[in-house]
Amino acid sequence: MEWDWNFVWEIMPTLIQGVKITILATLLGSVLAAIVGLGIALARRSPNRALSRTVGFLAEFIRGTPLLVQLYFIFYVLPDIGILLPPLVAGVIGLGLHYGTYTAEVYRAGIDNVPRGQWEAAKACNLSARQTWTHIIIPQAIPPMIPALANYFIAMFKETPLLSAITVLELMNQAKSVANTYYRYIEPITLVGAFFLVISLFSVVLLRWLERHYGKIER
Amino acid sequence: MTQWSGYFGLILQGALVTIELTLMGSVLALFMAFLAGMGRLSRFFVLRALATAYIEFFRGTSIFVQLFWAYFVLPFIGISLTPLQAGVLALGLNVGAYAAEVVRGAIQSIGREQYEACTALNLGRWQGMRHVILPQALLVMLPTFGNNAIELLKATAVVSLISLTDLTFQAQVVRSQTGNTLVPFATILIIYFVLALLISWGVRSLERRMARGLDGVRA
Repeated sequence: MEWDWNFVWEIMPTLIQGVKITILATLLGSVLAAIVGLGIALARRSPNRALSRTVGFLAEFIRGTPLLVQLYFIFYVLPDIGILLPPLVAGVIGLGLHYGTYTAEVYRAGIDNVPRGQWEAAKACNLSARQTWTHIIIPQAIPPMIPALANYFIAMFKETPLLSAITVLELMNQAKSVANTYYRYIEPITLVGAFFLVISLFSVVLLRWLERHYGKIER
Repeated sequence: MTQWSGYFGLILQGALVTIELTLMGSVLALFMAFLAGMGRLSRFFVLRALATAYIEFFRGTSIFVQLFWAYFVLPFIGISLTPLQAGVLALGLNVGAYAAEVVRGAIQSIGREQYEACTALNLGRWQGMRHVILPQALLVMLPTFGNNAIELLKATAVVSLISLTDLTFQAQVVRSQTGNTLVPFATILIIYFVLALLISWGVRSLERRMARGLDGVRA
């Protein structure tokens, strides 16, 4: 079977539709992952042992199981207990939860990397816990985290094709439906690969820039 | 009451396929990792370029797209793969690209003085690599290899979408036959988690074994 450029131009608009949903899912998932990760990181530092242990185990569990199965779980099991989610929402929650457990580690490393002297100095200046966090720790912890966080968001972007398994009409699903309609697989699937490669390569350039700008984080 | 024992047997069969895939994929990934990782450090430009192209391509596109490409597009150019072959190929090449960077990083993390000592002892490039650098670098690689193996295990769930009867696929079968969603999905989530724990436990004990006799050599 030959590569057919006419077919490529014919299916392009459909694929672009898919790209939009893919990017939307990545952005929403990133926001959720950033919030969930912070929540997990803070809960694990909590003096309450029961809370930190439980959250720690849950995070470990989510990190040790496949995203695809988690997506199935959210999409197929939750309706049984009355929570019916639209596919895209279920997908974003799955991505956000899964990658939240990874970003939690980035937050943890970032916070741990603030030297002890800073905490002691904050205490010596008689700052309250809240003031210590907002004025001393967070401003120093965030910049070195940015490249590592961005790294995970790129990884998440590459996992979005999994959402096609729970019927989200993102890039991969659009390509599959086009392929099934015309019985041509070469162009749609190759184009999906090309889209991902191009966007990933651009994001690698962005990542390098972020790394230069904010410095590397030791992990 | 549903006959759970029969369905559990089905899920166990799926677990075997998942384990088989993880093992075969890991072997291919390990092979590719050393090939490409050392290739990137080669003196020859062509080897470096080939290794870099391989790594960037497989890290830049998603595992999902690579799998579909291997399964749906390769037949059109005359290479027909069974789902298992396509799965092992895509998983091994994908994770191998990530692990190649680990190999490169670990080899580069070995101090200059070790290379100088090799030169001083009149060891050839290959001899120095084989007897001095790699034994030390391997220990640096191991923990990350463990993480990569867990990533590979999680990625095997994706092969269920090309009709390979792994854990996730069997859970879907059980779901469609019994109408129960919670039990099959919860079961396979736990199985995946236990497998991931086994991998990290195995890698940790391997690490302890290999670190024997190296005390004081490196921190």
